[in-house]
Amino acid sequence: MHEKAVRLSVNGTPITASVEPRMTLADFLRDTCGLTGTHLGCEHGACGACTVLLDGAAVRSCLLFAVQADGTEVTTVEGIASPDGTLSPVQSALRECHGLQCGFCTPGFVMSLTALLRDNPDPTDSEIREGLSGNFCRCTGYQGIVAAAHRAVELASEMPAMPAEFGVAR
Amino acid sequence: MKPASFDYHRPDSVEQAVGLLAELGDSGDGAKVLAGGQSLVPMLSMRLAYFDHLIDISRLSELQGIDLRGDQLWIGAGTTEATVGADPQVRQAVPLLTLATPYVGHFQIRNRGTLGGSIAHADAAGEYPAVALTLDAVMEVTSPRGPSEIAAADFFTGLWETAVEPDEVLTGVRFPLWGNRSGFAVREFARRHGDYAIAGALVGVQLDDDDRVSRCAIGLLGLGSTPRRASAAEEAVVGKPVGEVSPEAIGQAAMAGLDDIPEDLQGSASYRRKVGAAMTARAWIQATREAASNA
Repeated sequence: MHEKAVRLSVNGTPITASVEPRMTLADFLRDTCGLTGTHLGCEHGACGACTVLLDGAAVRSCLLFAVQADGTEVTTVEGIASPDGTLSPVQSALRECHGLQCGFCTPGFVMSLTALLRDNPDPTDSEIREGLSGNFCRCTGYQGIVAAAHRAVELASEMPAMPAEFGVAR
Repeated sequence: MKPASFDYHRPDSVEQAVGLLAELGDSGDGAKVLAGGQSLVPMLSMRLAYFDHLIDISRLSELQGIDLRGDQLWIGAGTTEATVGADPQVRQAVPLLTLATPYVGHFQIRNRGTLGGSIAHADAAGEYPAVALTLDAVMEVTSPRGPSEIAAADFFTGLWETAVEPDEVLTGVRFPLWGNRSGFAVREFARRHGDYAIAGALVGVQLDDDDRVSRCAIGLLGLGSTPRRASAAEEAVVGKPVGEVSPEAIGQAAMAGLDDIPEDLQGSASYRRKVGAAMTARAWIQATREAASNA
């Protein structure tokens, strides 16, 4: 089938490529861009491991074809830490609170939490749990992840005022 | 890459999209409209479905928007569930949509999934199809033969099947407004938040000045091959003083006549019937409380 040209920004870097229409954005990020931080678990929208930000909105990159992302700005887990490697509040909190064990699901949790806390900087426990319900973790039992979400709120408030406290502008 | 190969088209207008659908729909494995893709893409990836052509309508501005038209609220089919759920006009005019939205998948799904896609996909446990049926919404479709309308009561014809013809595209949905002293509620039970419900109920109720039920609509999801209306239970309560209606009785009454309740590992038909009755009773309690407090 005919390949299509796509032009998009990934973590601020403009990328132009020719792709088969059936290539998902997740495969495009991993195989074409070499950004293997985005993980693929179920590949049908259930597990959330492949979550990325598309023009700021958290979406499943396995439920989106790369051609559909033409003209958009995509942020992956590789784009969350500062360029000097300083972890974002969400990333630091996950480490601090033992919010990961094997780490396979973690990129998805980082992206979902980043979007969640940007839109709701002071969530209740139940808002956090509801916000995380679209991401599966098979190791932690979620307690550490929920604790990390609360800790990330604290860390962000301790940071000097920045235009994008959670690392990503809307 | 898991889906079968297809050609991708991104038309600039609904007219073009309909033209492409008519032109390509009969060839080989046909053509399908792609909106948010939150149901279609997994089906393609699992190869439960395959098409030679996908026609992406997700960026068409004609299909976006929320607009009060007389005594109905028009919502463009391509409006995302996230937009519908957060919109103050929707909350004010069609509160049942706002109440149902948090039950639709997860927030990451709602960022892509669309109102029209959800209704056209017609999952029997889907929330928006049940809202459309409960509120007697009107579905607007267009085809090479021009625009037409389908009433919700005629729209859902079977499991994942609707009255939309293969060459028609759902462009918008009109939801009737209910007016004063009305209340709405959604209750559903799922094993995990965001899963399709084992059973759920949507209730709309309107009271007159003497606190009698002047209008009642009860929609059920997950309790058949399509969303269902509990018409007999609705009729039984209209005209009654609201305080004299037993929530348990209306829950039981709403389960009457259900003849194709699904059975699977999540639960037997009799279990779903019990859950459905309980959800109906709870939604009734909440909706009548809302109605009584809305002057």
